[in-house]
Amino acid sequence: MNDACLELRGISKRFGSLGVLDDVTLTVRRGERRGIIGPNGAGKSTLFNIIAGELPASGGTVHLLGRDVTRLPAHRRARAGLARTFQTTTLFPRLTAVENLVLALQAHSVERFHLLAPRSRYHARDEEALALLDRVGLAACAETLVDALGYGEKRQIEILLALAQKPQLLLLDEPTAGLAPADAALITEMLNRERDGMTMVLIEHDMGVVFDVVENLTVLHHGRVVADGPLDAIRGDAKVQEIYLGGNL
Amino acid sequence: MSARRRWVMTIVAGAAVALLLPHLGVPTFFVSLLTQTWIIAIAAMSLDLLIGFVGLVNFSQAALFGVGAYAVAIGATRFHITGFASGMVCGIIAAVVTAALFGLVALRAEGPGFIIITIALNQIVWGLAYQWVSVSGGDNGITGIVRPPLGSIDLSSNTAYYYVCLAAFALTLAVLMTVVRSPYGLVLKGVRDTPRRMRALGYNVWFYRYSALLLSSVFAGTAGVLFAWYNQFVGPVDLSLDQSTQFLIVTILGGLGTIYGQLFGALVVIFLSNELSSITQRWMLVLGVIYFAIVLYAPGGLVVLVPRLWDRLRGKRIAIVPAERP
Amino acid sequence: MQFYIQNALGGLAYGSLLFLIASGLTLIFGLMRIINLAQTSFYLLGAYIGLTLVTHGWNFWLASVAGGVVTMALGLAVYSAFLHRYHADPLTSLLLTLGLTLILDDGILALWGGDPHSIAPPAIFAGSLSFGTLVFPVYWLVVIGISFTIAAILFLTLQRTMLGVMIRAAVDDEEMARGLGVDVNRAFYVVFAAGALIAGLGGLLGGPITSAYPGLDGELTPLAFAVVIVGGMGSLGGALAGSLIIGLVNAFGKALFPELSYFTIFVPVALIMAFRPQGLFGRKL
Repeated sequence: MNDACLELRGISKRFGSLGVLDDVTLTVRRGERRGIIGPNGAGKSTLFNIIAGELPASGGTVHLLGRDVTRLPAHRRARAGLARTFQTTTLFPRLTAVENLVLALQAHSVERFHLLAPRSRYHARDEEALALLDRVGLAACAETLVDALGYGEKRQIEILLALAQKPQLLLLDEPTAGLAPADAALITEMLNRERDGMTMVLIEHDMGVVFDVVENLTVLHHGRVVADGPLDAIRGDAKVQEIYLGGNL
Repeated sequence: MSARRRWVMTIVAGAAVALLLPHLGVPTFFVSLLTQTWIIAIAAMSLDLLIGFVGLVNFSQAALFGVGAYAVAIGATRFHITGFASGMVCGIIAAVVTAALFGLVALRAEGPGFIIITIALNQIVWGLAYQWVSVSGGDNGITGIVRPPLGSIDLSSNTAYYYVCLAAFALTLAVLMTVVRSPYGLVLKGVRDTPRRMRALGYNVWFYRYSALLLSSVFAGTAGVLFAWYNQFVGPVDLSLDQSTQFLIVTILGGLGTIYGQLFGALVVIFLSNELSSITQRWMLVLGVIYFAIVLYAPGGLVVLVPRLWDRLRGKRIAIVPAERP
Repeated sequence: MQFYIQNALGGLAYGSLLFLIASGLTLIFGLMRIINLAQTSFYLLGAYIGLTLVTHGWNFWLASVAGGVVTMALGLAVYSAFLHRYHADPLTSLLLTLGLTLILDDGILALWGGDPHSIAPPAIFAGSLSFGTLVFPVYWLVVIGISFTIAAILFLTLQRTMLGVMIRAAVDDEEMARGLGVDVNRAFYVVFAAGALIAGLGGLLGGPITSAYPGLDGELTPLAFAVVIVGGMGSLGGALAGSLIIGLVNAFGKALFPELSYFTIFVPVALIMAFRPQGLFGRKL
């Protein structure tokens, strides 16, 4: 059990009389790369929001690094080692790329309470942010307002923010959503390069990305886990192929 | 000349004028109005911190301001708290305690919910001031507030008090400008723009909103105390929704998210109200229309509008000049 | 005993008036996310217009409807000219309605002066009822009756008519409703107009209870907002429940703690915020 990074036990979620998730149980080991796939409406994003703490589950428990975090609010889970990205780009549009990253980097430092010293004094922090941008070739955008950046660049920063938190568990919600193949490849490359032994759970529709990045798959359908196992095994699973209408796996 | 040098020179020139004004032979009434401007600007800057940098549109800023004023007034007339420092501390503590209570209730909601609750909260405090006659003097307010001396300096003269308020304004400006440029200030901006992401990054969004509210109340309370000493009278109108509205108008006019813009907002509103009220009885209507127009057509406030207009004017002149050449 | 009945009736009557204001406020907010600060000014304007007509010999009821029609026209004009563009922008729309309030308030002051005007109820209802030591104005019952009738009409409209379905769908999920072809913009106009109409006709109706004077709208605003907070934003049922609660709290507050009666409104607001921030009938935030 102390090998488990993330554990879900019997998670269910209802909105009024509408059931969205039903008895979802899964375990992700430390360092594992897990993909969560399933048709639209299967409940994937809802599951992520429950894991991240944005949405309370109707039933079941969430365990992060062996600790029951079901009652913890989102920001406390983030401090416990969880980081996530969003399907719709959720950055700070009126701040520069560096400022965006600094927010992620200083989140666990006492620095964030310093109110009487101007930011211009915190060179080390700014350089840390710049270095991160440089790793994905975005150093030139450092002082640009994020709002002015292209969609592909924004998606990269979306992930950089999560990486900057140096998390134990990284949740990625459709990281390549809306990206052209070239940009999607950049993301995939970034994920593979920056892995660093981090546990990753990925929601994706783009199967190319899934196959490039993950080792195990969990398939959700109508809010239930219908298949769970290594990539190749799931690929060959008849039930799963049926769900995807004609096996475009 | 670089933009930065122009800025510095403007600030230095402005500061020089502000410092020398009482000795330039302007009427005392003018000095008095400017004193009021410094005070209102302090309150408006405290509100800009909340609206422009945290995204909290606080309709109860007048309550925080007024509680500071009433606290020093009641302290002076009932409890013989007549010193400058003790009065100031009294007022600030009252404002901060009020903000602490308000925050617990109002921050249970976000966005429009917060606005609606602060409206209700402001009026509840107003109701107290209006009805709790034994403590607040009711509609008659509290009179006979004496300006305490600052050390050995007597503040009963207009000029002396002008400088005290100017100093308080300058100090508030310096502190708040630093705060909004600090790491904490960056957190506030993040909370303003995308609270969802801030939570995902590990920030306790509620805490930052609450702390900003408390910080803002320190300055609102300061303005309240200075106002009580300036006016030497405090009444329910000083913490009414009308007063909150005035602060809001000043802040919008000045320019949200600037801090320093509030000086211009205060100057315009106070001097314009004064000029207008001597021209027409309908000055409130005119002010309302101007305000309406600014919200529609110049939402960035004066700090954006004025340079743009200035450029437009210069642009037009440049266009004319070539035509005049033979 | 009669103390309780007397104040309860007075509270219900006052609450009924608050409903006429708060119903529009909550629906306009629920549908368009617009905080209409000018709602109480519509009420006051309706009272003054109605009063002027009555002094010129108009029938009381017609005058109150006429007051409502004028405020409705004014509201529609402002909405279509300025507000409709900002319906998704709570801050700008709030600031605009704030500007509108300032302009309306000063306009009222200019046209009718600063003196308070008492408004007499129609002669047939001008008397009082007495049950032993209990005495209260008949008009209280009239106001309660009229408000409940209007509440019933609003409920039926929302629940039974096509328009009502459109409105409820759009309150629930605007994007979805648009996607399904619902003419959401038309619903916006109708709701804004209805809100202004009801507040405006409520002005003269409430006149015998509140009188009319500059500043009345400022006094009613926090009460109306307390109603919306307690009842839940966007809920008509909430507006009704909230109005009655605030009306009763206000009446008993005035009777029991005259020095702190305004403050007693704080109690239901704080309780709701502590235990059920979305309001009694509001949707979970």
